[in-house]
Amino acid sequence: MGWEFWIQIISFGVLMLFGIFVGGFVERRHFKRLAEKEALLADIVVTNLKAIPKGCVPHQCHLVMGDVTIASDYFKTFVAGIRKLVGGELRTYETLMERARRESLVRMLEQARLLGANAVLNVRFGSSSISSGRGRNRAAMVEMCAYGTAVSIPGNDSDSNESR
Amino acid sequence: MIVVNTETLPGYRINEVKGLVQGNTIRAKHVGRDMMAGLKNLVGGELKGYTELLVEARRQALERMLAQAEQLGANAVVNVRFTTSAVTQGAAELYAYGTAVVVEEE
Repeated sequence: MGWEFWIQIISFGVLMLFGIFVGGFVERRHFKRLAEKEALLADIVVTNLKAIPKGCVPHQCHLVMGDVTIASDYFKTFVAGIRKLVGGELRTYETLMERARRESLVRMLEQARLLGANAVLNVRFGSSSISSGRGRNRAAMVEMCAYGTAVSIPGNDSDSNESR
Repeated sequence: MIVVNTETLPGYRINEVKGLVQGNTIRAKHVGRDMMAGLKNLVGGELKGYTELLVEARRQALERMLAQAEQLGANAVVNVRFTTSAVTQGAAELYAYGTAVVVEEE
């Protein structure tokens, strides 16, 4: 048991604590911000239906997109690594995916808002992977893209039934 | 050029279908950005550098698709889809495809 062993143990402990506290803080703040933004954008109808309602303003048809890349923290990656040994549900990654989906949706809606649209049709999600590392050191990150067609539907400003 | 990911365009009639148009781009990540991403993997959170990279790449794929549609003489692209695939480690292909059409206002 040389000093190298202890340095490894200590750095592992520091990274874990860093992951738990800073990562947890970042995540809670992100969820709070997402909730605020979603409340502001709640009047835009979001649907993955393809059909365009009759009477919407044709000039407002526009492709809108929202991209985001989010990384998991050290603690969560470690917990997921342990969980992978026995299999089952990886709860720590579920929040990561949720954050990415909601953030990309919010960014897409912000773009729609800028265009003055009040509905987004045919919303789709896509993800890609450019993460580095291999094996155990593979970084856990997710790249999410939401896209849809922003339209304006007259007379649908107040009584919009949100379908998310 | 009108770009939508729905199958029809409200207020317009599709007169002619020009066919499938596509655009792709393969991007590898930036070394400096990658180092920052490595740090971010400890605390979690958004990787702004990667987000920018992907936004830029998707836009380029879309632009290449539109250039092809223009060449075919179309004035709109409907039913646009994006997909990605991993070519090698640390690089991603972004692919946009849709149907180039000629539309006329009703």
